[in-house]
Amino acid sequence: MIRQFFIQTGRYILFMEKVFRRPEKWKITARQFIQESDKLIINSIPLIALISIFIGAVLVIQTAGNLQSPFIPKMYVGYMTRESLVLEFSSTMVCLILAGKIGSNISSEIGTMRITEQIDAMEMMGVNSANFLVLPKIISCTLLTPLLMLMSVFLGITGGYLTVLFTDVIRIADYIQGIRYWFVSFFITYSCIKTAVFAFFISSVSAYFGYYAEGGSLGVGRNSTRAIVITSALILIFDLILTKLML
Amino acid sequence: MIEVKNLYKSFDGREILHDISTRFERGKCSLTIGSSGSGKTVLLKSTVGLHKPDSGEVWFDGTLFNQAGETRKKELHSEIGMLFQGSALFDFATALENVMFPMDFFTDMTREEKMDRANFCLQRVNLTNVNDKYPSELSGGMQKRVGIARAIALNPKYLFCDEPNSGLDPLTSIHIDRLIQEITQEYDITTIINTHDMNSVLEIGDKIIFICQGHKKWEGSKEDIFDSGVPELNDFVFASKMARTLISERNR
Repeated sequence: MIRQFFIQTGRYILFMEKVFRRPEKWKITARQFIQESDKLIINSIPLIALISIFIGAVLVIQTAGNLQSPFIPKMYVGYMTRESLVLEFSSTMVCLILAGKIGSNISSEIGTMRITEQIDAMEMMGVNSANFLVLPKIISCTLLTPLLMLMSVFLGITGGYLTVLFTDVIRIADYIQGIRYWFVSFFITYSCIKTAVFAFFISSVSAYFGYYAEGGSLGVGRNSTRAIVITSALILIFDLILTKLML
Repeated sequence: MIEVKNLYKSFDGREILHDISTRFERGKCSLTIGSSGSGKTVLLKSTVGLHKPDSGEVWFDGTLFNQAGETRKKELHSEIGMLFQGSALFDFATALENVMFPMDFFTDMTREEKMDRANFCLQRVNLTNVNDKYPSELSGGMQKRVGIARAIALNPKYLFCDEPNSGLDPLTSIHIDRLIQEITQEYDITTIINTHDMNSVLEIGDKIIFICQGHKKWEGSKEDIFDSGVPELNDFVFASKMARTLISERNR
């Protein structure tokens, strides 16, 4: 198992070396970047929006339910909702969800191209298939997923606001005061960096497992699952490492 | 001309190709035949560099391909057209975009020039009204034709076809065979075709190489194939009723 770990890690590094070579034509990479951004990021907006609104709403109810002491101001409900969203949910949890959605998409798409010889056809033409197929995906995910994270924070807070508006868990004024209370802008930077790192793993690891798929459609499915499991584990490990390093 | 010398290839310790040496002439269709699993595809892929041979040499008109530098290999790849067994058309692109794909990378042509060239190639393989269709919307025969159009888009010097007739009806197979032969003669290409279709052998084979369990057992012309004296080749050839009929007519 340890031997396998080193073999896979070495192969991943060599794969990345192939991916990050200078593209044949930047114009083609730019065109691919736009297409991949639409397919991977823009298409994920509805899912992330839905989850963020509901999680924000639930966070408000749960936090309010746990802060029953009269000595704790109610505005802490808003404050804790914001901090939970910024520090953990909108970066780590959203990326775990994206690992499933985007990761399986990338892995199965590239895996299918591998087993139907489309990648061989590119290599035959002298095209660096890893660079053409994977680099735009990595750039798109790494650059744009932090924007999804910011959107998730905003919608989560909005979800909480709607709960406060339509129920009587706390007063709206308390919620807004809590949202504005003791705002540390570095937490946004920290979350954006975390999200970019996670997005890099999601795109590169999934692409790696797709690229080296073998054994027909079963192999593609197996590698897709493996990609999601390993990406999720990497996200959790690097969540711990980056939090320790940055906070 | 392509020359293969003493080629060996194995996977996980299992020998697939054993000491293969042969020569593929320019302007001719050379057919590699053999039963499924005999090593034909591995030979083809080792020749074009998709598999790295364990040992041996592959020469493309005086260039030792498997020891050439990255730049020279890239140049050679742009001179090679390849038709894959399953066509290997790009799912994300239409028929026209598939044919334009190699031009996007390796030429400085304008979009209009590329479209003109792609349209010409599609017309050359007798395809019309498929420009905007995706591979999933095309029949097997049409996919093969688009595959050939893409392979000849950059005026290749070498054309490799891996079982171009697999999954096609006999009539479409003959059309594809003739198309490949016409293109070979028209553009003076070195063409190598993998097949186990005896119709193709008798129709377009200028030179035949018979592979059995990774060994080259015989090579010669289609006229000599019935008198090879190689038991494995006789088993292969006379499994076809057409070949049996032909030989019985000749003996009569």
